[in-house]
Amino acid sequence: MTKPNILHESPSQTAGPYVHIGCAPNFVGIQMYGGKDLASNMLDPETSGERITLTGTITDGDGKLVLDGLVEIWQADANGVYPSAADTSGTADPHFTGFGRCPTNLDTGIYQFQTIKPGQTKMRDGRAQAPHITMWIVARGINIGLQTRVYFPDESANATDPLLQSVPEDRRHTLIAHKLDDQTYQFNIVLQGDEETVFLDI
Amino acid sequence: MAENVYIERDRDWQPPALTPAYRSTTFRSPNHKPLRFDQTISEIAGPTFGHDIIGELDNDLILNFAKPGEEPIGERIMVHGRILDQNARPVPGVLVEFWQANAGGRYRHKNDAYLAPLDPNFGGCGRTVTNADGYFSFRTIRPGPYPWPNGGNDWRPAHIHFSLFGSGFAQRLISQMYFEGDPLIWLCPIVGVIPDKKGIEQLIARLDMDATIPMDLIAYKFDIILRGNNSTMFENKLEGN
Ligand SMILES: [Fe+2]
Repeated sequence: MTKPNILHESPSQTAGPYVHIGCAPNFVGIQMYGGKDLASNMLDPETSGERITLTGTITDGDGKLVLDGLVEIWQADANGVYPSAADTSGTADPHFTGFGRCPTNLDTGIYQFQTIKPGQTKMRDGRAQAPHITMWIVARGINIGLQTRVYFPDESANATDPLLQSVPEDRRHTLIAHKLDDQTYQFNIVLQGDEETVFLDI
Repeated sequence: MAENVYIERDRDWQPPALTPAYRSTTFRSPNHKPLRFDQTISEIAGPTFGHDIIGELDNDLILNFAKPGEEPIGERIMVHGRILDQNARPVPGVLVEFWQANAGGRYRHKNDAYLAPLDPNFGGCGRTVTNADGYFSFRTIRPGPYPWPNGGNDWRPAHIHFSLFGSGFAQRLISQMYFEGDPLIWLCPIVGVIPDKKGIEQLIARLDMDATIPMDLIAYKFDIILRGNNSTMFENKLEGN
């Protein structure tokens, strides 16, 4: 597959059980970076859009909660623009970072993000993508980060979303969050087994 | 509009999900292969981190946790290198985060109960952002090897964990760096998940006497390759992209 003159990507290695030290040191009591872990907050009071909470757990193939995981999310703003130079479709909300990082709780295994509901984006061929959040998961025992997407229930655009529609129908539901109340969405990740989350190679 | 699509990830070069010799993968490896899909702006775009988030001592693990006038115990080293993409172009603006055990092989973490003591002057984490040449550097203490529960007599070679954000989310990578000449590298089940010996060698930092500071610290050179974009395929169309 690799073409001549193209270098090999550096191999991935597990983040290990102590990923917090590097990625969220304050979370484990190491006072660093002015007491604030990177991307622990995505919003400010002026961020546009519908405030939501995205929360859930990671379960392994033995039904046990993953207590040493790290979850990252990356998403467009309320108008569907990513706060990145690569997105030239519009001007992104300067009050939204688009990127969040949260370890799973060391006792309960729960992760939680305060964010906004993203707008629709477009495929490179112009087709609409339903609102979604990219999610990336690392932990001990995961050799290479697992990427997936969180879609929203009751979103009519899901019916024509090219990625969702390319997922086998019997597994599609693993990419759709559950609405717990008006502003809370639950997205539980299953690493292995019958209800295994669909992971992506993009 | 430029199409900055990243080169497909080579899943035969990267470790597979299930590697039984590394026991933690048994229940944490998906049974299904990840689903292939065309890249979209969601993967091509990525968060940006400016140099302004980096504090003065963030890339100095010798000083960034030490009490005033004190320093951690261990071999003083510098790790430096370049972050390139698969087309050998430097990647500027990469947020590089690193973490490690202290000189005795002990992590500052409530779940690490290894016999070796904590070092009151060593936190074990740092970060930096690559410059226009893709260059990064940091000072630290050489980490010690440590034993870990994997069903047998398993020891991690001395290593430093790395987390990298390139320009696009598709480049996101976490890995580990090892030290040239360490015999434990070739015995480690975590290293062993990498299918190709050349891949393992990609993660081994080389002793760099040219950058070593006499009477002060030993330098190690470590280059990292992130996914490159495919624009070379259309060079006439997307020159300079
Ligand atoms: Fe480690």
